[in-house]
Amino acid sequence: MARVPVVFTVNGTEAAEFVEPGAMLSDVLRDKLDLTGTRVGCSQGTCGACTVMIDGELILSCLTPAQRVNGKSVVTIEGVATNGELDPIQQAFATGFATQCGFCTSGMIVAAKALLDANPDPSRDEVVDAISGNICRCTGYEPIINAILSAAAERRVAKSA
Amino acid sequence: MEHIRKIFADERSDDHNAVGVSIERSDGLGHVTGKTQFYADRHYPGMLTLKMVRSPHHHAKILNVDTSAAEKMPGVVRVLTHADVPSNIYTILRLIQVEPNDEPVLAVDKVRFKGEAVVAVLAESEAIARDAVDAVRIDYEELPPVFDVEEALKPGAPLVNEYHGNNYFTYEGHHCRRVRYGDVEKGFAAADHVVEERYSSAPIEHAPVETTGCIVVPEANGRLTCYSNTQALFFTLDNAGLILNTPFQRLRLIGGTVGGGFGGKVDVITEPVAFLAADLTKRPVKFSYSREEEMQVSSPRAAERIYIKDGVMNDGRIVARQIRLYVDAGAYSRHSPYGTTKAAAHMPGPYTIPNVQVDAHCVYANRTPSSAMRGFGVTIGDFALEVQMDKIARLIGMDPMALRMLNAYRDGDAKAHGETTKGAALVEVMQEAAKLADWPLDGKYLSESSGKGG
Ligand code: FES
Ligand code: FES
Repeated sequence: MARVPVVFTVNGTEAAEFVEPGAMLSDVLRDKLDLTGTRVGCSQGTCGACTVMIDGELILSCLTPAQRVNGKSVVTIEGVATNGELDPIQQAFATGFATQCGFCTSGMIVAAKALLDANPDPSRDEVVDAISGNICRCTGYEPIINAILSAAAERRVAKSA
Repeated sequence: MEHIRKIFADERSDDHNAVGVSIERSDGLGHVTGKTQFYADRHYPGMLTLKMVRSPHHHAKILNVDTSAAEKMPGVVRVLTHADVPSNIYTILRLIQVEPNDEPVLAVDKVRFKGEAVVAVLAESEAIARDAVDAVRIDYEELPPVFDVEEALKPGAPLVNEYHGNNYFTYEGHHCRRVRYGDVEKGFAAADHVVEERYSSAPIEHAPVETTGCIVVPEANGRLTCYSNTQALFFTLDNAGLILNTPFQRLRLIGGTVGGGFGGKVDVITEPVAFLAADLTKRPVKFSYSREEEMQVSSPRAAERIYIKDGVMNDGRIVARQIRLYVDAGAYSRHSPYGTTKAAAHMPGPYTIPNVQVDAHCVYANRTPSSAMRGFGVTIGDFALEVQMDKIARLIGMDPMALRMLNAYRDGDAKAHGETTKGAALVEVMQEAAKLADWPLDGKYLSESSGKGG
């Protein structure tokens, strides 16, 4: 099958690739762009490890054909830190023991970022809801929720300063 | 706590301060930035995808394997059957003298569980490998399966694993791992009550978010490097060397980054065949379980069935405990003969009981082979024992904590398997737990200890 061109922005940089029709965004990110921070745990939309943002919206990159991001802007875990500065979410995950094996962590942090970008002061229930599509088998949900809440507070302080 | 301090007097100072505080993980920053490299995050030019043709049956004879159509497909590089594996039959724990070898890398004349690997295909892409799997033709003659541990031990049950000749692992000539201490029948006869219960558990899949897998890369110097998410690097290296019939130093294992293990990644399953495939094709090979394979064919925690019969006095003393325990190993041994021994040795729990009898059976059935998982051999047994303790407490109208205190082992007590208790801390742990839980523990138990005669 003839490969098709896809041009999009990823973490602020332009990417242009020829992909097989039907190739998933997760494969293009990982195999062609070497952005392997996007993890793949199931390839069937059930675990959330492959979560990225397209134009600010959360999506599962294992179920999204790469052609669909043509002309759009993608943010992966590699784009969460700015100029080498960790986002407060990343800092809170690291210090609050919200990551164990780390395999779910990229998806969790991207989901948390989408929440806090849209809602800087979420309730605990809203945090739970925001990560409800992300499975952590190391049973770290409590520290994850706490990390997101403390990162939200941190971000609000940073903004008002 | 005096007693505990004494035990550890020469081992530690009391200024340890790590418990109760969060310490940043050394791999934490890698995890939160996505920079941590898992095995599948490596790319090599010319890397082949390995996929397995798996049995759709629980128990069947293999009549014929036809790989010709798959071999002719463009993009298929090689197809492997048992005939390609230098030393096909193994058992992981042979490295610690467990015998016999009872499991094929690729099935030979029979499949013993649904999802067993029969043929491996190697292709230029995952899509081609998937199509090639569908193009392999295997003719089976179905055999009656057995799924229940007690059914499997009945005379006339279908024989699951011919290498054992019986549906159980043989422990030094016995059909089960046995513990004999005192005389349970005498204990039951003298007891005020006899409490008999049955406990059972289902298999539990670890379901790590990262599925099991590895990549093997042939090096210019003839060595083979394997990047794996195994939890057992050295078991993997030695078993792979024996299976390939190659010197161990030709193989190199690189691991350490595991996307969730919980015991589910200690089996040696994906690496040997990937080593072999890379060696034969001289190309890098990736073998990753799909999510479906992870759920269907990776080893779960064994299902167990446990019968406990206790002789109990009105004052709460347990004078006899008889246990009949069955571990469902599935079709092959893997870590279950060891897990079953652990289960037997753990009985009768942390209690001093003068008459104990344990029969712990490691049973083969036509189910997915089970293996390690967090405290395997002990976790399910502890569940059964502690539920039993609560039932006894209710029966005789005694505080369940007091019942445990009364029967808890102390230093110097003889254990059922012949060792003498030393370094016990159970009484102190229960005292602390009672305090934390605001449990109104009878004052006399607050002054007791785990020390000799405490
Ligand atoms: S890998 Fe996309 S949801 Fe699991
Ligand atoms: S940290 Fe392991 S799955 Fe979440």
